[in-house]
Formats: sequence, C-alpha cells, structure tokens
Amino acid sequence: MSILIDKNTRVVTQGITGKTGQFHTRMCRDYANGRNCFVAGVNPKKAGEDFEGIPIYGSVKEAKEKAGVNASVIYVPPAGAAAAIWEAVEADLDLVICITEGIPVRDMIEVRDRMRKQNRRTILVGPNCPGVITPDEIKIGIMPGHIHRKGRIGVVSRSGTLTYEAVGQLTELGLGQSSAVGIGGDPVNGLKHIDVLKLFNEDPGTDAVVMIGEIGGGDEEVAAQWAKEHMKKPVVGFIAGVTAPPGKRMGHAGAIISGGKGTAQEKLAVMEACGIKTTKNPSELGSLLKSVLR
Amino acid sequence: MKIHEYQGKEILKKYGVPVPRGVPCFSVDEAMDAAKTLGGPVWVVKAQIHAGGRGKGGGVKLARSLDEVKSHAAAILGMQLKTHQTGPEGQKVRRLLIEEGADIKKELYVGMVVDRATQRVCLMASSEGGMDIEEVAARTPEKIHKVFIDPARGLTDAEADDVAVKIGVPAASLPQARAVLQGLYKAFWETDASLAEINPLILTGDGRVVALDAKMNFDANALYRHPEIVAMRDLDEEDPAEIEASKFDLSYIQLDGNIGCLVNGAGLAMATMDTIKLFGGEPANFLDVGGGATTEKVTEAFKIMLRNPKLQAILVNIFGGIMRCDVIAEGVVAASRAVGLKVPLVVRMKGTNEDLGKKILKDSGLPIISADTMAEAAQKVVAAANKA
Repeated sequence: MSILIDKNTRVVTQGITGKTGQFHTRMCRDYANGRNCFVAGVNPKKAGEDFEGIPIYGSVKEAKEKAGVNASVIYVPPAGAAAAIWEAVEADLDLVICITEGIPVRDMIEVRDRMRKQNRRTILVGPNCPGVITPDEIKIGIMPGHIHRKGRIGVVSRSGTLTYEAVGQLTELGLGQSSAVGIGGDPVNGLKHIDVLKLFNEDPGTDAVVMIGEIGGGDEEVAAQWAKEHMKKPVVGFIAGVTAPPGKRMGHAGAIISGGKGTAQEKLAVMEACGIKTTKNPSELGSLLKSVLR
Repeated sequence: MKIHEYQGKEILKKYGVPVPRGVPCFSVDEAMDAAKTLGGPVWVVKAQIHAGGRGKGGGVKLARSLDEVKSHAAAILGMQLKTHQTGPEGQKVRRLLIEEGADIKKELYVGMVVDRATQRVCLMASSEGGMDIEEVAARTPEKIHKVFIDPARGLTDAEADDVAVKIGVPAASLPQARAVLQGLYKAFWETDASLAEINPLILTGDGRVVALDAKMNFDANALYRHPEIVAMRDLDEEDPAEIEASKFDLSYIQLDGNIGCLVNGAGLAMATMDTIKLFGGEPANFLDVGGGATTEKVTEAFKIMLRNPKLQAILVNIFGGIMRCDVIAEGVVAASRAVGLKVPLVVRMKGTNEDLGKKILKDSGLPIISADTMAEAAQKVVAAANKA
C-alpha cells in the first residue's frame, strides 16, 4: 500500500517540452510502472504532437478527457507555474505535484486562496519540492528512484537531498518505504507535515514514519501536536538548522510572527514532548527509526 | 532583497502614506544643502544601512542647528555602525537621510509579513512602537494585534479602523490611520514585499499619522517583475562573497567557524553544518551548490570559501541522485588542482556511482580524505581542522 500515488495513477506532465520536463519525464517513465503511468503532456502550442510517444494536449482538461489522467506534475518556469497549478485544479484532478522552484509568494497566496474559497478537492504537493514516490510502483518528481526500496516506512520532508539521505539510510538497513513525500520548503505551499502524517496514519501499508523538518514556521510543531493525540504509529524526526545563524531571519516582523518560535531547538523540544523520538545526528535517522519499530 | 529607509519611504509615499520631508545624502556638504532646503528649526540625521537598531547604535541624531547637522553628519558618515542586526564588526555608513523634525505625541508600530499558517499577509500593529518592539512581542504578545488579510478583498475599512482603535489612534485621526494601513498593504502587495515595517508610526501633536521609519524587504523570486525595485539594490550593503556566489548560482552565507562546507541542497547543507557542530567543530559557511555540481561550480565554490582567512578545512557532502558521483568526483579533483588546494579536504559522496567516484578521488593522488557517512565525514573534518 501507499499514499497519494500508486501504479494506477495516470499522470499529465505540465511543462513536458522544456529541458527539465523532458529529462525528468524520461526518468519517471523508465521507473517501475512509469510507461503505463505517464500518459500525457501539456503545451497549447504543441498540441497534437508527442514527446517520445507521450501525446501532448492543448490543456490539462483535454488531457483528462482524452488520456484519463488524474494527477499532474509541473515543471513550468516560475512565472507561469501558479497558473499551471490553477489549470490542474480547475480540471479537477486528484493531485498536483509542483516541482518548480522560485515561484513568487504572492502568486502562491492567490492560487491557494482560490482553492480554499472554491472548496477545491485537488491535493497540491509543493511547490519547490522533489515530488512523491511509491517505490517499485511509480515515481512522480526528480528524486533518484534507485535509492528507494518497496516497504512499510513513510517519509515526509521539506528538503530534497536530505530526504534522499534518510531514504538511503533506510534502504541500507533493509527498511523499504511505502511512500516518500517531499512537501517543499516554500512559505506558501500545499500539503504540510500534518496532512502527510494523517495519510500515513490511515495507510495500512505504513508501519512508521520519518518526519524531517527545517527551521522557520510552525508546521512541524502543529504536526507533532496532532500526532500526540491521533498517531497510531511511531514517528521519528530530525530538524535541520540548529547551527543556522539567527541574524538571517527577517527583521523584527519575522521574529514577531513566530513569537520566538521556529528555531530547531524549539521544534525538537515540541516533537519530543509529543512522543516523537528525535536525533541531532542526521546520520542516525535510519537506525533511530529501526529502534522504534514494534 | 533589502532596501534603505529613504527608498522605503519613497515607495510608501507613492501609496499615500505620509512621511516626513527628507533628502538622501552621500556627503556632509550634501547634508548641509539638504538641511538648508528643508529649513529648521529641527532636523534628524539618520544613518542609512540595511540593518535595524540604528538608533540604539548611535546612527540617528537630532540636530537643533545647522552646525549640529554638520557635526552629526560628519560623525555618522563613514562610521562602523554596530547594531544587534549587523554583527560585531558593524556596517559602514555610506548614505544619510536628512529629515525635518517631527512633533511626536505617540509612537506606534505596524508591520507586515506573509504568515505561513494562514497563507495570508499578516498585519501586525501595536500601541507600543519605538525601539523595543521585539521585547514587547516577547513579553507582552497580547499587545501585538494581528489581522490576516484576505488577498481577494485587501485590507477592508472595517479591519483597518478596528486595528487602529486597538492601538490607540484617536477618533479624529482614524481616517488618516486607515489610509496609512491600506496604503502600506497595497505597497506590500503590489511590490511583492516579504516584509514591511513602520516603526515608529507616529501620531503628531496636531493629529496627523506619519511614518517616521520604513523598512521593506522583497521576495527575490518576484524581482523579475519589478525593475524599479531592483534599481534600488545597494551592493555596498551586501557581503561581497555572497554577491560573487550568486553570480554562479551558488547560495553562500559566511559564518564564524573554520570548516568550509560544500553541499547540494539547502536542507542537507544545514544538516551537514549541524553534524559538524555536533562533533565539536564550527562551520565557516553555508554553501548550497544546487542541483548541478559541475567542475566550474565546484571550482568557484572552493575559491569563494578560500577567501575566508579563518578557513582551515573543507567538507564536501554530496548526495548524488540524478547527479552521478563520478562526475562530482571529477569536478572536485579538477577544482582542487585549479585552486591549488592547501587545506585538508574531506569528501563524502553517496548515491549513484558512489564506488566509481571514490576510486576517482583515490586515483587522483590528491590528499583527499574519504568518508562514508555524514557523521564520519564531520568527525574527520573536525580532526583535520584541529590539527591545522
């Protein structure tokens, strides 16, 4: 079992004709069931053409109607990425994974506001994230597929390469993953730690979860508080940025909005208090997870 | 991106926020001319640097005569202004703002940031404006009033009036306060700001509401649509090493330690720094080479790290995903040769073609120390730095 995606997911790639989109579409298509999953691309100017056999449509809506897609992955450049997200939401897909890095925050505020006000059911992952993988079934995003193994550990993280680090350790210890989700580090995004924990909690194929956070914001604390009350499975965690310089925060207002919160120490303390085992040594994430397995 | 106070005031003025009359100056002569043009009897001489806390650091002075303007301007221009935001070395003052004096009856605070939890712009306001706002926020958070602004509607009249009343704006001044708050929000939204602060926002003796200070930061990802903001960038206020790094698409922040770090990915870079600290070392920098660690990028990264005289060892930690470890190893070897690397170098590579990468490092004949895990790499680099 898995969360968010599996071998039956059908994906349209928005930005399939760009260099990044082409490269990663190939990598995703060549991973596990990718050939059956990656069935469409979008580019209004190249509708009717194809990318190495994957048909290109004029819009996400058309891709849904003609190719039966239920998920999208976005590599569109920053200036048009928020509009691309909205196009996928309007097409009423189940899931949108936005890989694009560097989207203006204001664009994300607007698209998230519209999603909320219109009660849209589409789930957004990212932006500025590595994507989601369910090992041996499907990979949607830019993570290296070969470091993953099929298994029963869930992984959720704001960071890209740090997620790979955790996955690599788990795999070396013989602990496969049910799904690994990169939620991205942007201030305004889709799924947060708490949302992914909820999904793993309900997934019969997940036994335990690795949760990786970073300094800034309060999402990890919110997730930890929820886990204390509701999580039926062990969670272990790490927060990057204990050594990050405090002078790099955003002036007075940054300090005020967080009310002194958002430091790595604070997050680690809250997680521990909520029953999440943490480590300050990221090289021990895999072994820490192994130690809590029942 | 940050700008100066006088530039922030220019922006706010365009959005209808009253600011004192003032002139930016680069010399004492210019300051004198500005003071004469503005007319007395009172002027304020304000250091223009990107850090806050200027008043406490001695960068803001009141002048009651042209002679005082001259002496204050001469003292402040060129000084190393130290505030709690500049670090111990301070920041050199190269620009001044000469302003007319203001009749301050009450000092208020207003600020705006993007709130991650509600995904809206948050207006924060307090009756306790002035120099100690951070303490107010920490000790008496109930004195900070917040409004989370609906992006489709903007800051409504009712919301603006409500918060103005809460921070003690008298009824007669409410229309002005509303104009200031709505102008501030419009300025924030339309310029893609990431931070806007007016501290203090003052009530004058005759009931006017005036922005006595202005601090604005901008979303770097949105600068492409604001050439007028980009034109305000002052490279003198930025770390030369960070500017150099940004030219090569490297994200670099200098720190106080002696162990240089070169890592791909911001999260892994922070985790690497944390691990170095965990094993008793001090990182000399944060450096994220991003997705493509090419020979050229690694070479430039080495050069930038080596500009730091404190540097005594380097740790390279790369998780080769899409990037292959053999390509990275070749880049590291070529870069070491190109810069004639003298400090100890520890390399930890993980992922695709890891063994081939390690072989390339070993066969290079360079004294590169290899490590398997982040913890092992950190221990080895701390030991190497301590020996140096």
